[in-house]
Amino acid sequence: MATGYFFPHRHILGMDHLSAEDIGHILTIAESFKEISARPIKKVPTLRGNTIINLFFEPSTRTRLSFEVAAKRMSADTFNISASTSSATKGETLIDTARNITAMRPDIIIIRHSHSGAPHMLTRYVDAAIINAGDGTHEHPSQALLDLMTVREHRGRLDGLKIAIIGDIMHSRVAHSNIIGFTRMGSSVHVFGPATLLPPGLERLGATVCSSLGEAVRDADVVMTLRIQKERQNDPLLPSFREYAREYGVTRDVVALARPDALVMHPGPVNRGIELMPDVADGPQSVILDQVTNGVAVRMALLYLVMGNS
Amino acid sequence: MADNWLIKNGRIIDPKNGIDRQGDLLVLEGRIAAEQTPVPASARVIEASGCWVVPGLIDMHVHLREPGEEYKEDIVSGTRAAAAGGFTAVVCMPNTRPVNDCAAVTAMILERARQGSARVYPVGAISSGSRGRKLAEYGELKEAGAVGVSDDGLPVRDSQLMRRALEYAGDFGLAVISHSEDPSLSTGVMNEGEVATRLGLKGIPAAAEAIMVYREIALAEQTGQRVHIAHVSTAMSVELIRAARARGVRVSAETTPHYFTLTDEAVEGYNTNAKMNPPLRSARDREAIREALADGTLDAIATDHAPHSSLEKEVEFDLAANGIIGLETSLPLSLALVRDGLIDARRLVELMSTGPAAILGLPGGSLGAGEAADITVIDPDQTFTYTEDQVVSKSRNSPFLGWRLQGRAVLTMVGGRVTHDCRQA
Repeated sequence: MATGYFFPHRHILGMDHLSAEDIGHILTIAESFKEISARPIKKVPTLRGNTIINLFFEPSTRTRLSFEVAAKRMSADTFNISASTSSATKGETLIDTARNITAMRPDIIIIRHSHSGAPHMLTRYVDAAIINAGDGTHEHPSQALLDLMTVREHRGRLDGLKIAIIGDIMHSRVAHSNIIGFTRMGSSVHVFGPATLLPPGLERLGATVCSSLGEAVRDADVVMTLRIQKERQNDPLLPSFREYAREYGVTRDVVALARPDALVMHPGPVNRGIELMPDVADGPQSVILDQVTNGVAVRMALLYLVMGNS
Repeated sequence: MADNWLIKNGRIIDPKNGIDRQGDLLVLEGRIAAEQTPVPASARVIEASGCWVVPGLIDMHVHLREPGEEYKEDIVSGTRAAAAGGFTAVVCMPNTRPVNDCAAVTAMILERARQGSARVYPVGAISSGSRGRKLAEYGELKEAGAVGVSDDGLPVRDSQLMRRALEYAGDFGLAVISHSEDPSLSTGVMNEGEVATRLGLKGIPAAAEAIMVYREIALAEQTGQRVHIAHVSTAMSVELIRAARARGVRVSAETTPHYFTLTDEAVEGYNTNAKMNPPLRSARDREAIREALADGTLDAIATDHAPHSSLEKEVEFDLAANGIIGLETSLPLSLALVRDGLIDARRLVELMSTGPAAILGLPGGSLGAGEAADITVIDPDQTFTYTEDQVVSKSRNSPFLGWRLQGRAVLTMVGGRVTHDCRQA
């Protein structure tokens, strides 16, 4: 990291706001924190006395758990609010909920919301640092950062790589954040999926849109698949999972088109046998569980960095 | 009589009567006097040097929210905003609560408008309750004072109903105003394109508008009736309208200042004051709208003035209500078209006064002798910053807050009565 570098962000809203230097810095901090989770006593006092609220308006198991584990390993006090127990069901607006939480003086609010831009809106109404844990179909920055960390760990670098992302690009905030993250670090991102799931303007985000699975995967350093949903709000996106698996599923034969040492990734949870075949998900090239491990380290780094700026 | 005025030294622009001259305009007892009429001693002088004196501006598409949503706007506050923006008449859409689908609601609106600062011309609903099932009673709507019919805010899904509306409205000389939108395609919250993808917001394709614009053209052509397309936002629609008019189809169309001024980039930062339906489109669409204003494909600039309170706008973008206020910014934003050399002053007056009057058969749009003195005096050079504290409307939902604007109505007069006056001493 450059001397004199100062992490400039109070909030983590998306990869779009992070420069290559910021990303490199976050990953370096995360790598140094990873060792904490390997200790017999997995706890450091860094964030002792800080209050962190997990405000989840969408169901989530792994992301919420990962943030909570990260916060506890840093000795912060964490509180979880999920939509089912919050005032959201009583008709309270997001702003009112946020203001009420703010009145209890939290230091960091980690928010997941089904509407794109909800975390951005919160920053206008609350004092706490905001970390976006996934907003609508917009961004999921901590997931992209843990993906970047996992690739850097295995490849030793993040530039000059070919990243293939396969599946529902339109509804995937993970794909969106990864396209920005990997291109910003100097790699090329090749995307492929059914035309019904490719939104317009991906090229403007920096991605190369491929016309076949083979074109996307050939000689790739990373093959990332995304969770598929058959139908959304009566929008007939796909005829069946069966056909999706046949035409777009990532099988051993597909992975064989990539570099022999290519990494297989998935943000989870996996639809086994649909977008990713079980033998590939559990095969020697899969780093899916490394992604989960690195998630904790990346989130520790994010908590540490935003607290350093309050 | 109080309503005698001598408007002096202005540039009088009256396209309907082929007039564009420097000089004086006399108002006697609330009516425009013929040239050379002796000026009575009682006439008060309005100095208009450096200003344009034009027939009162007419906004053919506003939402006054009364009855039903008076916390957003009412007829008195909405017409006050109209007067401040240089409008002497507004045409209000029927999507109130209750919907204006009968004589009683129309009459109530007109009764309330007597306290207002601009003439109010109500539009009745195409279908009963705007529910899209059966025709509203156009005969009694017309008799009560409706000037057209529309289910604005909602598309008419059923093509047979739309066909019958065109035919039946023709019997009463009522214009049918189409909110053109294919609802199965328009499930998003902003224009479909690169910006929506970047923001993770669901897009509304341009085709959602164009498909319905074509349906209305086909029905107008089939039946020989006329149709008016509201708030045109896309290049595709413009091309359809241009081609239809070339072959003689009776189709007219309006656009709004936001479609020729902004693009979907304005949504950046999840700005709910840039959320409306149809949505702000691409730069290419904006260019096509501007060309269509210049070449005559579009007949009118309306505002689609749609007041909403913070309750509807200070929420997640997906959940925010559609629409922005526009009465107070329409004229300066339209004057920018003149400064850009796209249209001349005469064309501006056609688009904002003469054109709307002709489409709906309204009085006004003319400075001919004997006409009611509905007059707007425009200072095309005055600049001002549009800030929240000077908004006259009850609502503040404008994407133009903080903009430095050039040109404004310095005086508005309805039937010889001054409804707005911000002349600098």
